[in-house]
Amino acid sequence: MELIKDLPEVFEDFAEQRKNSFLAVKKIKEAGKPVVGVFCTYLPQELPAAMGAAVVGLCSTSDETVADAEKDLPRNLCPLIKSSYGFAKTDKCPFFYFSDLIVGETTCDGKKKMYEYLGEFKPVYVMQLPNTQNEDGYEMYRKEIIRFKEKLEEHFQVEITEESIREAIHQKNEERKALKGLYQLMRLDPLPMKGSDLFHVLYGSTFKFDKEQTIAELKAIKQKVEKEYAEGKYLEKAPRILITGSPIGGGAFKVVNLIEENGGAVVAFENCTGAKSTEELVDEEEPDVYKALAERYLNIGCSCMSPNPNRFELLGKMIEEYKADAVIEVVLTACHTYNVETFGVKRFVTEQHGIPYMAVETDYSNGDVGQLNTRIAAFLEML
Amino acid sequence: MKYSIGIDSGSTTTKGILYDGNEVVKQVMIPTSARPRQSIHQVYEELYMDQVKSVITTGYGRKLLPEADKAITEITCHGIGAAWLNPEIDSVIDIGGQDCKAIVLNEQKQVADFLMNDKCAAGTGRFVEMMMRLLEQPMDQLDAFVEGKEMIPINSMCTVFAESEIISLLAEEKDPGSIAMGVLHSICKRTAFFAQKLNISGTVFFTGGLTRSKVFTQILSEYLNQPVVTDDRAPFAGAIGAAVYGYNRGECI
Repeated sequence: MELIKDLPEVFEDFAEQRKNSFLAVKKIKEAGKPVVGVFCTYLPQELPAAMGAAVVGLCSTSDETVADAEKDLPRNLCPLIKSSYGFAKTDKCPFFYFSDLIVGETTCDGKKKMYEYLGEFKPVYVMQLPNTQNEDGYEMYRKEIIRFKEKLEEHFQVEITEESIREAIHQKNEERKALKGLYQLMRLDPLPMKGSDLFHVLYGSTFKFDKEQTIAELKAIKQKVEKEYAEGKYLEKAPRILITGSPIGGGAFKVVNLIEENGGAVVAFENCTGAKSTEELVDEEEPDVYKALAERYLNIGCSCMSPNPNRFELLGKMIEEYKADAVIEVVLTACHTYNVETFGVKRFVTEQHGIPYMAVETDYSNGDVGQLNTRIAAFLEML
Repeated sequence: MKYSIGIDSGSTTTKGILYDGNEVVKQVMIPTSARPRQSIHQVYEELYMDQVKSVITTGYGRKLLPEADKAITEITCHGIGAAWLNPEIDSVIDIGGQDCKAIVLNEQKQVADFLMNDKCAAGTGRFVEMMMRLLEQPMDQLDAFVEGKEMIPINSMCTVFAESEIISLLAEEKDPGSIAMGVLHSICKRTAFFAQKLNISGTVFFTGGLTRSKVFTQILSEYLNQPVVTDDRAPFAGAIGAAVYGYNRGECI
């Protein structure tokens, strides 16, 4: 297996910041480290980590390449799927470009059908994800995880030992604890920091390759925030908003900015870029590492699961822990599973927790910022 | 005597209200120009006097008046304005120039929940305007134009597609009044579908420019299957809400 080490032909056309990202990944590749690109949170990152690969998230959040994607994909498809496909097709994203293997899972319909086309021009491997969290589901996912391990071994000509998986599990758990330690500071009232600032740290940490350094940095940030809080540095009291729904970041992050601009405080993210992928640890005591991974990962409460009790459980727990005054759900346009679930989430939030709820459907463009601004301002006025 | 001003800078018209804590003293409505800042300022100039202690703006252009004390969203203002016009109501439906809102009020007549349609002109005042222009009728003749007419169903939900559907019907020499009736039914049906997501119950107060059409209000009530009430001053509901809000919370008390 030859690692991809050359820059794309169109390299000179890129803006400075993107050039730097390309060069950063190139450096990793030159050090002989393979890159595995992943999409959803169901992927057990411990396996590529166990073979010393850098793991990068490929879910794209900019509308820059949506038009390129629409040459092949339908317009009324989720922007995350279109954007990701577009970045892969145009080689405009360093992480896509340098990924030696791209791994998807059969999560939502849009993504799994997109992977079929993506596989025509990129090295794609798709894990079969069960859509129910029952005994058969866990057993099936355990087998899929073993198959994925074998795929990695075959593709990269390496051996992945149980010992190395255990080490990776431990390290990933340490990273989860560090991330959790930081975002749990948002339980404080008044808040120690802005939700948007917190999010950028959480999101940014997924693009760092030296995990030990990342863990140390996260702990240092936590200590700094705690120290400043003790010295009386905190934000003004404001309505506490919990964010849930589709993956958020990049283009869709406008919702969080609008909440903060209109005087709201974002206290927590239940989304897969927030607590969903971090809250639960992998059981390090379980003798069967594959079983431990299968249980931890399949437990994630994404709306592609049916039924999806774990999402409601986590949401309810977070509403209490973060003393949320209201919940705002961000649904990406044409994300059917989250959109359908809004009906149940609204009932859950308003009836069982007695706090207001609003769902907004949006994409990565700026066309609806005026409308969103009015809706979010009106929602905050209502609180 | 102290006064408050409320200005609603909408997509089609800019409305202004001068309020004395008891009654609407003066009302102004002008078309919103391509420079909404000028329209909002013009309304402000027409209403302002020395005893004005509070100026609140609302609507899409709400941030454009430097003299304003505060900008409040049209959702909150429509809720307050509608409840001021008629304290017996339980919910509000506003059909504006470019959007449609459904608001549920709690027992204190504050906004308890709301919905706003977005990114689509279907089911808004713009749809009716476009259709009347196509049929070469002035907007204020709407009721007379559709009176006693059968309705020809309009199937397209999109304003642009509905326009070509209307053009096809005209080419078949269908009666323009019946086509207009079909458009009104189409909007009312769409609004009722939209509002039912909120469990709108009790008496619905209807606001916005289309309240001037008695036929429209009647059809809306049929589709909602609930009593719909309105008021001559319903097009000013947002501005009234802004003025009342400012009076009660501002320097006037």
